[in-house]
Amino acid sequence: MSKVLIIAEHDGSELNPSTAKVVSCAAEIEGAQIDVAVFASTAGELAAQAADIQSVAQVLTIEREENEHLLAATLAPQVVALSDGYSHIFGPSTTFGKDLMPRVAALLGVNQISDIMTVLGSHSFKRPVYAGNAVLTVEAQADQVVVATVRTASYSAAAGGNTATISAAPLAVDLPTHTRFIDLQSGASDRPDLQTANRVVSGGRALGSSESFDIIYKLADKLGAGVGASRAAVDAGYVPNEMQVGQTGKIIAPDLYIAIGISGAIQHLTGIKDAGTIVAINKDEEAPIFEVADIGLVGDLFSIVPELTDAL
Amino acid sequence: MEKILVGLKRVVDYNVRVRVKSDGSGVETDGVKMSINPFDEIALEEALRIKERGEANEVVVVSIGGSEAQQQLRTGLAMGADRAILVESGDLLEPLGVARVFKALVDREQAELVILGKQAIDGDNNQMGQMLAAIWDRPQATFASKIELSGNSAKVTREVDAGLETNEVDLPAVITVDLRLNEPRYVKLPDIMKAKKKPLDVLPIADLGVDAGPAIREVSYEPPASRERGIMVDDVAGLVAALKDKGLI
Ligand SMILES: Cc1cc2nc3c(=O)[nH]c(=O)nc-3n(C[C@H](O)[C@H](O)[C@H](O)COP(=O)(O)OP(=O)(O)OC[C@H]3O[C@@H](n4cnc5c(N)ncnc54)[C@H](O)[C@@H]3O)c2cc1C
Repeated sequence: MSKVLIIAEHDGSELNPSTAKVVSCAAEIEGAQIDVAVFASTAGELAAQAADIQSVAQVLTIEREENEHLLAATLAPQVVALSDGYSHIFGPSTTFGKDLMPRVAALLGVNQISDIMTVLGSHSFKRPVYAGNAVLTVEAQADQVVVATVRTASYSAAAGGNTATISAAPLAVDLPTHTRFIDLQSGASDRPDLQTANRVVSGGRALGSSESFDIIYKLADKLGAGVGASRAAVDAGYVPNEMQVGQTGKIIAPDLYIAIGISGAIQHLTGIKDAGTIVAINKDEEAPIFEVADIGLVGDLFSIVPELTDAL
Repeated sequence: MEKILVGLKRVVDYNVRVRVKSDGSGVETDGVKMSINPFDEIALEEALRIKERGEANEVVVVSIGGSEAQQQLRTGLAMGADRAILVESGDLLEPLGVARVFKALVDREQAELVILGKQAIDGDNNQMGQMLAAIWDRPQATFASKIELSGNSAKVTREVDAGLETNEVDLPAVITVDLRLNEPRYVKLPDIMKAKKKPLDVLPIADLGVDAGPAIREVSYEPPASRERGIMVDDVAGLVAALKDKGLI
């Protein structure tokens, strides 16, 4: 039987929705028992949130001062100490999981499967490669532990309403001190989170400045949407890095995605392949974004966007 | 520090529209332009800047693969690396095997810093640097957008989902880089000529005695589900109507 250990992602007070998405993926493995590990300095509230997720059998809490900040170097040895008896160890394919899981895999002496998008069997999965231009079916060896990250855009969060058991799992492991957290600068906003928002409005290089980006925020606020950007807009300093959508930014799957002044480079499209409806506003009718857009409008964004905001 | 090791992977150029072979055995690479993985170019640029600031004495570029990877190593030498090592391997190694090769080279070369791309744009694995740090039992600082060295440690700003996280790591360490760290220099013709005289050692992979670890078998490749071109609307009123029609507003 498969036993899956999922490493919870959180910010110290709230579980990241990625955790419930990884649970959805794990639940596709037939007959799997799913446990969630919460590493934190104080785990109580987080553990309760994890125990609420459907399909979770058991929540394990590992409370240590070192787990105040989730650094791969200090987490990996703890995950390994906890891994005994598990056939699968899953994390989200967010920067948290991408940082941590390969370190766990290497300590366990196995390769890792990155970005699971489909579960075919307990050891057989599909994953995107070449910026999503190809889908690869892979098979892990049945006698080896499967360490993997889950492409969160491929799964919706498992529902709540569960009451899994919660127990403390004290681990006697020495942790390295060679890696230290200094700070996190976050442009925290009141807008819906880019990775979970149902609607996202994104702006590209065409906006020209951070001041002009204001019209994107105004439209987004009218729609109750999250705000994203192309790499070019981030590189030019119009918006902070956490807003980048694409191969090297966030991979998202909102119901509605509005791309404004974005050409539709392959690396950007990688990030929005799973969006429900894609709307493109671009002055160049030849822009590649129109090849994937469900609704396209050719014209100058500086007149269209304010007009659209007013019309809604 | 004495030495920085940088990995350069030969990959399909990022401008190429990749196509899956009709038999599903892989993607078309015949006659396709190959380049240094863009993240690796940034890793090398950073190593060169560290050396140019006088904070390191030597930059060594490493590639694992067939003899054709010498091309990318020569480009790396032309950019300014001092020396190149090609670990010759017929088989494509998975990340754990690659990490173990790098670990063997780190030991040989006594490198104090390894700078790598955060991922290669072919397999998009994003694993190797973390794995190297794990088996070396050293710090990792992934997705770097700023690196400041001071004595025996480095302060690294990392692009994470929540924003910019800064970590301090003791050296030796592994740093993997993101796109905004720097803009790689262009190679000039005289540099290409000079690079021809720089040392490029070829090392058969068997000499390193590395165990590649349990394989994850590639069963088959297929093209992704494609999105169809939709409708065009003439104006904002048309757009609003279309959105209403789909029940989106
Ligand atoms: C390894 C690698 C990884 C990458 N990862 C990412 C990634 O994660 N995300 C990402 O986005 N990119 C990524 N890129 C970059 C990508 O290749 C493109 O360069 C980038 O997406 C372009 O951004 P853009 O569409 O905003 O700019 P441009 O390509 O310059 O497009 C601007 C568009 O705006 C339109 N326009 C201009 N003025 C107006 C106007 N007044 N009204 C309406 N339309 C107008 C133009 O017609 C044009 O189509 C990556 C590249 C590499 C090499």
